[in-house]
Amino acid sequence: MRSKIDIDWKQIDEIILRYENDKEALLMIMQDISDIYNFVPPEIVPVLAEKLGVRKSHIFSVATFYKTISLVPRGKFIVHVCTGTACHVRGAEKVMDALKADFKTQEGGTTTDGLFTLEGVRCIGCCASGPVMTVNKETHGGLDRSSALKVIENYRNISS
Amino acid sequence: MAKLQNREALEKLRNSLQAKSQKSQKLISLCAGSGCGAYGTAKVHTVLQEELAKHNLQEKVQVKLTGCHGFCEKGPIMVIHPEGVFYPQVTPEKVPDIVKTTLIGQQLVDKLIYKDPVTKKKISHEHEIPFYKLQKRIIFGNNGLIDPTSIDDYIAVGGYAALTKALFDLTPQDILSEIKKSGLRGRGGGGFPTGIKWESCRRHEGQRYVICNADEGDPGAYMDRSLLEGNPHSVIEGMIIGAIAIGSNDGYVYVRHEYPLAVTNLTMALRSARSLGLLGKNILGSGFDYDIRISRGGGAFVCGESTALMSSLEGKPGRPRAKYVHTVEKGFREGPSNLNNVETWANVPVIINQGAAWYAGIGTEKSKGTKIFSLVGKVVNTGLVEVPMGTTLRQIIFDIGGGIPKKKKFKAVQTGGPSGGCIPEQFLDLPVDFDELSKVGSIMGSGGMIVMDQDTCMVDVARYFVDFLKDESCGQCNPCREGLKNMLDILTDICQGRGKEGDIDLLEELGMMMQKFSLCGLGTSAPNPVLTNILYFRHEYEAHIRDKKCPAGICKPLFHYEIDAEVCTGCHVCFQKCPQEAVAGDKKKPHSIHQDKCIKCGICYDGCKFDAIKIC
Repeated sequence: MRSKIDIDWKQIDEIILRYENDKEALLMIMQDISDIYNFVPPEIVPVLAEKLGVRKSHIFSVATFYKTISLVPRGKFIVHVCTGTACHVRGAEKVMDALKADFKTQEGGTTTDGLFTLEGVRCIGCCASGPVMTVNKETHGGLDRSSALKVIENYRNISS
Repeated sequence: MAKLQNREALEKLRNSLQAKSQKSQKLISLCAGSGCGAYGTAKVHTVLQEELAKHNLQEKVQVKLTGCHGFCEKGPIMVIHPEGVFYPQVTPEKVPDIVKTTLIGQQLVDKLIYKDPVTKKKISHEHEIPFYKLQKRIIFGNNGLIDPTSIDDYIAVGGYAALTKALFDLTPQDILSEIKKSGLRGRGGGGFPTGIKWESCRRHEGQRYVICNADEGDPGAYMDRSLLEGNPHSVIEGMIIGAIAIGSNDGYVYVRHEYPLAVTNLTMALRSARSLGLLGKNILGSGFDYDIRISRGGGAFVCGESTALMSSLEGKPGRPRAKYVHTVEKGFREGPSNLNNVETWANVPVIINQGAAWYAGIGTEKSKGTKIFSLVGKVVNTGLVEVPMGTTLRQIIFDIGGGIPKKKKFKAVQTGGPSGGCIPEQFLDLPVDFDELSKVGSIMGSGGMIVMDQDTCMVDVARYFVDFLKDESCGQCNPCREGLKNMLDILTDICQGRGKEGDIDLLEELGMMMQKFSLCGLGTSAPNPVLTNILYFRHEYEAHIRDKKCPAGICKPLFHYEIDAEVCTGCHVCFQKCPQEAVAGDKKKPHSIHQDKCIKCGICYDGCKFDAIKIC
C-alpha cells in the first residue's frame, strides 16, 4: 500500500521523539501525523512499528478502531457535520443532505477534486449553536442548508 | 516564573495579584469559549483593542478573554464589570458604540441591550437576566471572571487555597472523610460516591494513578468541555487534592481530540502550574510529588467507560473488559487507578474550601451540591446552567430555559445521553437528581438535557440513538453488537413504513436481553432510549406501524406536506424558497404543492409565517 505523497521523514522522527518513542502515545503520534497529511500514510506504519517497538498489526488495530485516524487520503478541507443529539433535533440531517448533494459523495467520501472530505461527528460540544459543522479547525454554527453551502463556497473560493 | 517554595509565598503572590487587579477600574469580560468563538469572538476582540487604543483607554480598562459564560445561544457575550453590564451577540460593528457610550459616556447602548425573549423586557445587567438569576454557579461561576490561560487570574480569585489546606492542614484521612461527608457523587453519570471510590483505591498497594475522564462522549452534553476550556486550574487543583488523599504521584487527563481548545488551555495550565511549583516534585515545599499528563482520545464513545479508557491510555484500542476486578484495584498498567470525571474534580476544591457541611447543605437527601446541565435542543435559552440538585425539570426548561421557541408544544426532554431516556410532560415536576429520574426510566447522567418539541419524532430519536450506539459498540460481545444491529434494522423499517405488528414486542425483548447480558455499561444501558420511548410514546410507534403515518413529519415516507388554503395568504415565500419548484400559486392567492416534485425538505414548512403548511 503506497500513497502518492512525499513524506517528510525528519518531521515524522520529530513527532515520535516528542513522545519519547512511547508506545502508549501511539494514537497521539498518529493524530499529529494526521494534522500534517490529513491521514496516516500507510508507508509510515512499518517505521512506527520499528521505532515504538510494537507489531504492525497492533498499529492497524489502533488506527482502525479510532475514528480520528484515516489510512486513506482525505481532502484538503475536512468537513465535520455534527450529528450530536442537539444538532440532530435542530436539523443536522438537512445540512448533511445538502452537503452530500453539493459534494456528490456520501458520508466519509471525498470530492473528486480532492478538496473536501465529508464526515459526520457525534457532538463537538457546541450544542447551543447547533446545527454546527467544523471545516478543518474552524467552527461554523447556526446552520441551515443554504448557510452551510455558503460556508463551503467560501472555502472553495479561497483555495481556487 | 520562579517556583513558590511554601504556602506563604503563594499567599503573598495572591495578595499582590488582588491589589493589582483592583487598580484598573473597568474590566471587560469577553467570552472566548468554543460556542462564542464559533460566532466570532476573535474579530470582536481585535476591534475592541483598536477602539480602546484610539481613546487611550488601554491602561484604565482591562480586557479579559474568558472561558464559557454558559449563555452560548447569545454569543459572543460581553460583560462590563464592576457593574455587570451585559451585551449579547456582539459583532465588530457594535464595538465602537459600546466603547464610546458605555465606557466613556457611562450610558447604556439602548439598542444593544439584551431583550428577554419571553417577557420582551430589556435587561441590562447580567445578574438580572432570568437565565442567570435562577442558577447557583458555585463550580461554573468563575468562568466569566478569569482568563483560563492565566494562572494569576485563578490565584487571584482564591485558586489553589484548597490545595494548601489539603497539603498542610489536613491528613489524607481528613480529606477522605471530608469528601465522604460532603456526599459528592460522580458527575460522569454513574453517581458513585467519590469518597468511597478514593478510599478503596487507597487501600490497594502499588503504583496508584489518579485520572480525569474528559472523554465527554454523550452527544448533547458539553459542560466538561467548558470547564476544561474556561477554568482548567480548578480541575487540576481537584486532581492534586485527590492524589494527596489517595496517595498517588502520577496522573492523566484523557481528553477528546474533538476539543482542541480544551487541550490547548489545559496544556498551558499544566505548564504554568508546574513552573510555579504547584505541580511536579515537592509541591509548595511539602515533599509531596504529583504530575499530570494529557492523553488525547480518538473519537470513540466507548472510551468513556473506565476500563476502555484505561486500555486507550495504554495505547491500545479502547475495548472494555468485564469488571470482576475493579479499576481501583487493577486498572491502568495493572495499578490501582482512580478515575473521576471533569466536573467531579472541579467540585473538590470547593468542598475543601467551604467545608463538607456547607456543601452537603445544597441539594437533595442523597444527591448533594449542584449539577451543570447542557440545556439544548428546542428551547429558547440554550446553554450551560448550574443548579442545585433537586431543581425540577420545569424550572430548568421553562424558568431558566424560557420554554419552547416559536410557540410550539413541549414533547419530551432527553436526559442521560445514549444511556438515558426521553421524559414526557407529565413528569416535568420531578426534581432532577441521581435517583429521581431513574424512577421514570431515564437517568440524570452526565448532564445532557435535550429538549424536544412537537416536531420531533420519537421513533426517529430512538433510531438515532441506536444508530449512534451501533457505530460506537466495540463489537466484543454478542448481545450489544447483534442486539443493536437488529434493533436498528427494526427501527429503520418502522421509520421507512415497513414496520409490522409484533415489532414493538420484539424491540422490548431485544432490549431486555441486552440489559441482562452485555459486557459493559454501553451495552446494558443501550436499550434505554428505546424502552423508555416505547413506554411513553407507544402511540407514535403504532401510528408508524399501523397507520403508516409519522405525526411529527420527520420520517419522509410516512407523511406529506399540504397547504391549508384557508390559512394561506399567498405571501409567495414558500414559492420562492422551494428548491424543487414544487409550490404552485399566484401571489395573494392560496398556493398548493405538487406532491410528485416535493422532496419533503421542510424549507416551506419552516419558512411559513402563517402555519399554513400542514403535515398530513
